Amino acid sequence: MRVELVRRASPPALARALAPIAALAVALGLGAIFIWLLGRSPAAAFDVYIRSQLTDGWALTELAVKATPLVLIAIGLSFCFRASLWNIGAEGQLIVGAVVASWLALSGLGSSPWLLPAILVLGAIGGAAYALIPAILRVRFGVSEILTSLMLVYVAELLLDYLVRGPWRDPRGFNFPQTRLFTDAAMLPTFGDGGRLHLGVFLALVAVAVAWLVMSRTLFGYRLRVTGDAPRAARFAGFRPTATTLTVFAISGAMAGLAGIVEVTGQIHQLKPSISPGYGFTAIIVAFLGRLHPVGILAAGLVLALTFIGGEAAQIALKLPFDVTRAFQGLLLFCVLAADALVTYRVRVVSTAGKLA
Amino acid sequence: MTLVEAVILTVITAATPLLIAAIGELVVERSGVLNLGVEGMMAVGAACAFAGAVTLDSTFGGFVAGAAAGMALSLVFALAVLGVAANQVASGLALTILGLGLAGVIGAPFVGARRDPIMQLQVPGLTDIPLIGRALFGQDPIVYLSFALVLAVFWFLFRTRRGLTLRAIGEDHASAHALGLPVIRMRLLAILFGGACAGLAGAYLSLVYTRFWSPGMTGGRGWIALALVVFAAWRPGRALAGAYLFGLASVLQLHAQAGAIRLPSQLLSALPYLVTIVALVILAARDRRATGAPASLGIPFVPDR
Repeated sequence: MRVELVRRASPPALARALAPIAALAVALGLGAIFIWLLGRSPAAAFDVYIRSQLTDGWALTELAVKATPLVLIAIGLSFCFRASLWNIGAEGQLIVGAVVASWLALSGLGSSPWLLPAILVLGAIGGAAYALIPAILRVRFGVSEILTSLMLVYVAELLLDYLVRGPWRDPRGFNFPQTRLFTDAAMLPTFGDGGRLHLGVFLALVAVAVAWLVMSRTLFGYRLRVTGDAPRAARFAGFRPTATTLTVFAISGAMAGLAGIVEVTGQIHQLKPSISPGYGFTAIIVAFLGRLHPVGILAAGLVLALTFIGGEAAQIALKLPFDVTRAFQGLLLFCVLAADALVTYRVRVVSTAGKLA
Repeated sequence: MTLVEAVILTVITAATPLLIAAIGELVVERSGVLNLGVEGMMAVGAACAFAGAVTLDSTFGGFVAGAAAGMALSLVFALAVLGVAANQVASGLALTILGLGLAGVIGAPFVGARRDPIMQLQVPGLTDIPLIGRALFGQDPIVYLSFALVLAVFWFLFRTRRGLTLRAIGEDHASAHALGLPVIRMRLLAILFGGACAGLAGAYLSLVYTRFWSPGMTGGRGWIALALVVFAAWRPGRALAGAYLFGLASVLQLHAQAGAIRLPSQLLSALPYLVTIVALVILAARDRRATGAPASLGIPFVPDR
């Protein structure tokens, strides 16, 4: 007996749409087994991780706030991944975007209404510039973008660490490694009571809409889809891979940088040694769970945001380490990739008993 | 003990885990599979090895547990990329995320525990030779094992029929399959070997390098091992040289940090990553075409019967 994969002539559209949901269901099942192996009740974990988060107003606000950076970054990454380019350093681009923009926020430049837009734009520029390093190394020298973009995450983390412990440390901050608090003019406006819901949430929604327009209604989006699906055809059509590489890296870096400065101006209001619990890496899962489609990414961003707030709640309520959440996120990505592959291929069990005779 | 001798000894300790992880990944990539999950397998190896060593009160048992854990995790990866031909880059990232999470869960109860130093070779007369005595004749068994691994992998890849088969599969899996070579089975064995090596490398970190477990202790070494394979142009001998050069660089950085050099410590800590990027660029710029990468590297294989 042996197992064979057969490519489906045309994968059914329904299966394509349902694959991520099936993957999520399988991952949740495996997660329940994992929780049970750790000696906890899966039912109690479900209650803490999911049910109580979705039935509580405060938690729902938190869900939107946590989903914001994930959706922003994943939208950018979907451009890269569609072109089969592997920018896995979004975490570093997030940090550098936040750092570059914070330079303006901390410069003490008055309270002009243009200050905040300028800060956000600078965040995007910083992230894009940092993402262009692996892109340029790839198109100029042929260095794999996978390793260089990842290495630059560590460099960015150390840069941030240096700045908040060294030159940018708040002189009146009791020696804590953090910068001064941003002025009101350099903070994102907030909405609703509790003041947690900030303008960044709406920026993420705008990004989803714009990405959808670009992907489905422009020549650039079409070119990108062709490049990813049929690289040879793209070459024959005269699409330049160099320009595409630089463009998609700049886009994904800009989105990550924007996510970084939105986090800082909307939530943290200062720089600290750590400004992200790994949004740049989790966004990779968001992009795949959302099938690289803007609307799918929006939904997937909410799902992964739920793992973050559920994970934080479980730390307190169940004394489960946050690493359980990380492991679950990795498991989820495996399930999503396997489901994608199963939509593309049909698994056939072939009996070899007859052939041997 | 002189300073030079101390530097030599720390270089060996720093290079050994990189070498073991890189040599394992080298075999995987020679078979045409790119497993980016080295960091995750190393982390799980480090956590399981430490947990095993403390629980069994046996350093040897710890190493076995670490290698077994790395291998078990690589099986998950193999199921995805060989079983259902999933995307290798993304599956490797999934493995890293999963591995780092699992390592945190497994290692958490052992924070604060310490292990005794590992037994080292002691040859009367030889070990006491000044300068090189301890470096050559006073190491722990894993250091000698890492050298044996380099020799064995070289012998296997370039001097045996199965090694030739593995390389042929990595160069052109469609032709290899048409010739009746067992593509999937060879790749599965290669992935499991790579997983065991990554787990062993992680075990070396927690049982010898630090002798305690802490979250995030792999610190990107798995990624550096991946870069070493590229740097080595997929040749075992060059991987050995690369790992030791890299070990030397990281030890010099530690000494610079402790010594008189007035640079921000973060800049020195960033050096290994910057050096890796520069090394990759120099290598790629020198010979753009013939880097030695297996032609089928990273491409999913689906036999058309």
